[in-house]
Amino acid sequence: MGLFGQGVLEAFRLLLAGDSEVWQITWLSLQVSAGATALSLLVGIPLGALLALSRFPGRALAVSLVNTGMGLPPVVVGLFVTILLWRNGPLGFLELLYTPSAMVAGQFVIAAPIVTGLTLAAVQQVPDAFRLQMLGLGASRAQMLWVLLKEARLPMLAAVMAGFGGVISEVGASMMLGGNIRGSTRVLTTATVLETGKGNFDLSIALSVILLLITFLVNWALSFIQQRRRA
Amino acid sequence: MARLAVLLWLALAGLLPSMTGPAVAKSNIVIVSTTTSTQDSGLLDVLVPMFEKQTGLTVKTISVGTGQALALAARGEADVTLAHAPGLEKKYVDEGKMSNRRLVMYNDFIVIGPPDDPARIKGLPRALDAFKRIAESQSRFVSRGDKSGTHTLELALWKQAGIEPKGAWYIESGQGMGQTLGIANDRRAYALTDRATFLAFQKRVDLPILVEKDRPLLNIYSVMEVNPANGPRVNARGGKAFADFMLAPETQAVIKSFGVDKYGQALFVPVAGKKDEDL
Repeated sequence: MGLFGQGVLEAFRLLLAGDSEVWQITWLSLQVSAGATALSLLVGIPLGALLALSRFPGRALAVSLVNTGMGLPPVVVGLFVTILLWRNGPLGFLELLYTPSAMVAGQFVIAAPIVTGLTLAAVQQVPDAFRLQMLGLGASRAQMLWVLLKEARLPMLAAVMAGFGGVISEVGASMMLGGNIRGSTRVLTTATVLETGKGNFDLSIALSVILLLITFLVNWALSFIQQRRRA
Repeated sequence: MARLAVLLWLALAGLLPSMTGPAVAKSNIVIVSTTTSTQDSGLLDVLVPMFEKQTGLTVKTISVGTGQALALAARGEADVTLAHAPGLEKKYVDEGKMSNRRLVMYNDFIVIGPPDDPARIKGLPRALDAFKRIAESQSRFVSRGDKSGTHTLELALWKQAGIEPKGAWYIESGQGMGQTLGIANDRRAYALTDRATFLAFQKRVDLPILVEKDRPLLNIYSVMEVNPANGPRVNARGGKAFADFMLAPETQAVIKSFGVDKYGQALFVPVAGKKDEDL
C-alpha cells in the first residue's frame, strides 16, 4: 500500500482510537474557525446589507475594497495582526499573541470581507421592485431588511461556507499568531506543516484527511440546511 | 434565517468561552524562542512538560529559524532563546540584547550528496575543501536560504572558502531542513544538514553522508536570557528559570539519552558548564 493509503488508514486509526492530542487539535481548529466565522457573520451581514442597500459617495470604492479583501492573503493578515499584538506593538498590553484568541482575530480579518462581499452580492440580487413593493405595502425599514435577508438566505449560507472554508484551511495567519504551540495553539493546518517538517508523512497525511473530513462535514450540514427546501 | 441565528449563537456562546482555558497568571508564562531543529527532533516535547511540572510555569515555544528567534528576543518578544549560531549569538550578547549565554548541548552537521558524488568530496576531512570542490565542479547544492543556524554556518563556510555561491547550481529553498532535504533528494544535490534531521528523514532521503566530523561542523546549542530592557513585559525571572533548567543535571541526563530509542543513537551531546573553546 502506498504512502497515501497508509495516511488515510492512520487518520481513521487516530480518530477511532481517540488519540487525545489529535482530538484536541481537531477540536481547537473547529473552535477557532467557527468562532472567527461567527464573528465575521455578526459584522459582515449587516455591513454587506448596508452596502447593498445604501447609496453614498465613495460607495463604489468601498465595494471594491471589500471585494479585494475577499482575497486577502492569510500570511499578510497574520503578519500585520502579529505586529499589532506584539508586546512592543500598539495592542501589546492585551497579551494576546500566541493564544487561540489571536488566531480568532486573524481569521476574523480573513473571513469578514468574504462574508461582507457575498452578503452584498446576495442582497443585491433580490430585485429592487420587490423591495419597493414591500415599502409600498407599509413595511418598516427593519421589516423590509429582515425579509430581504430571509430572501437572500440561500446565497448567504454560501457566504458562511466560503468564510469558514477560507479560515479552517489557512495556515499562514494561524502559524504566526498562534505560534503552533503544542496543547495550546496547534491546529490541523499548522500541525500538518510541522509533521511534514519532521518527516512524519503518514501523520501529516492523516491530519490532512481529518481536516478534509471536518470541512466536508461542516459544509455538508450547511448545504443540507441550504438545499432542504429545494428537495 | 432563524437557524442561522441559532448556529451563530451556538458558535459564540458555546465555543468562545471554552477556548480561553484555565486562567494562567501572565508572569507565569515563559516565551521560548528557538530553532526548528529542537522542535522537529522532538526534544522540546520531552523537556517542556518536565520544566512546567518542576516550576509551575507555562511555556510557549516559538519555533522559528535561529535568525528570527534572536530577532524576536532582541525586540523583547521572547523571554529566553535556545539557538545554534554561535557567531550571531555573540553579536547579540555584545550588543547587550541577550545575556548569560551558556552552552547546552551539541550535535553535528554533515554534508550529504548524491551517491555518484560528481564533485568527488567523499571522505574529505575538511568541509571547506568539500565546499570548494562543489563550487568548482558547479555541482547542484541546496541551501536553506532562511537565515537559520544551519544557513548561517553554510554561509560562513562559503566565505572562508572564498566563494560567493551563485549560479544555476546553487538552489536556495527558503524552507526548513526537512523540506530542504526533500529537494536535495529530488534534485540529486549536495546539502549541509544537521544529523538529527537527517536521521529523522532517513526513510525518505537516500543521499549518503559524504563529509563529517570536521571541527567547523560542530552544531552548538546555547541558551541566552533576554535583556528586560528590550521591551515591556519581558519575563526575566521566567526566562532565567528556563535557562537554568536546560543546564540542570537531570535535564542534561535526559538530553544525553534522547533519541536512542528511536534512532539507535543519541541526537545531542549535553555540555553544560563547557565553553566554546573546550569543544
